[in-house]
Amino acid sequence: MVSRYDLSHAFGIKGGNFAKAGSVSIDIKEILRELGIDPAIVRRAAIAAYEAEMNVVMYADKGEMVLRLNPKAIRITLEDEGPGIKDIEMAMQEGYSTATEEIREMGFGAGMGLPNIKKNADVFELKSTVGKGTSYNIIIYLNSTEKT
Amino acid sequence: MTLRELADLLEAEVISGEQHLDEEFKCAGASDLMSDVLAFGVPGVILLTGLANTQSVRTADIIEAKAIVYVRGKKPNKEGIALAQERGIPILSTKFFMYKACGLLYSRKVGGVGNQ
Repeated sequence: MVSRYDLSHAFGIKGGNFAKAGSVSIDIKEILRELGIDPAIVRRAAIAAYEAEMNVVMYADKGEMVLRLNPKAIRITLEDEGPGIKDIEMAMQEGYSTATEEIREMGFGAGMGLPNIKKNADVFELKSTVGKGTSYNIIIYLNSTEKT
Repeated sequence: MTLRELADLLEAEVISGEQHLDEEFKCAGASDLMSDVLAFGVPGVILLTGLANTQSVRTADIIEAKAIVYVRGKKPNKEGIALAQERGIPILSTKFFMYKACGLLYSRKVGGVGNQ
């Protein structure tokens, strides 16, 4: 059995694969739940992971999400290969979206994803290079159920 | 209100999760926009939606919704139903439109996500 505090698990995400979209985040949710993490914290991690995963599926070619756990925090990182984000400041605003009609028909692309990651994370760092890809660093502390 | 009472009220077909019908819930929320569901959903909510793709099931799972009610007679595909069964999320389908389904629940004092 994996120790609660030495967890590191990598997941591949394929761009455009809507049939599987969200399955990595559900796996992450199950791993954290089975480790006995506070359900409110598991939920925040799952929502942040899901939004990030959906961004890869919707916009990028592929990505790798890594879940790490230490005694103080859950850390979720994501590196994707894709078009990148031209204006991160704009992308962080609620309602700003570059989603296609196809993405909107899937129920996404309302410009809520990145702000929602920020809302659920204690630390959210986003870096992007246009034409190369985007990296996410999401940290959720284990000792609080509410972001302070 | 229990899921069984909800099914009766909305004259809904129970697609999966019969074993959960006696469980209770306190609030409901309606949206076809999964982005909004992720942003505003709360654990234990009943999700009413007209979006019958597998993403609606995964989104309900992530927010820990109590059940999904598909409106206008919609039903998810086989993959969606299988996923809901695997994840233990009851699925109901009502022929009522979203407005009527929400109105009926509101008339029975089922709260929204902001005022449980």
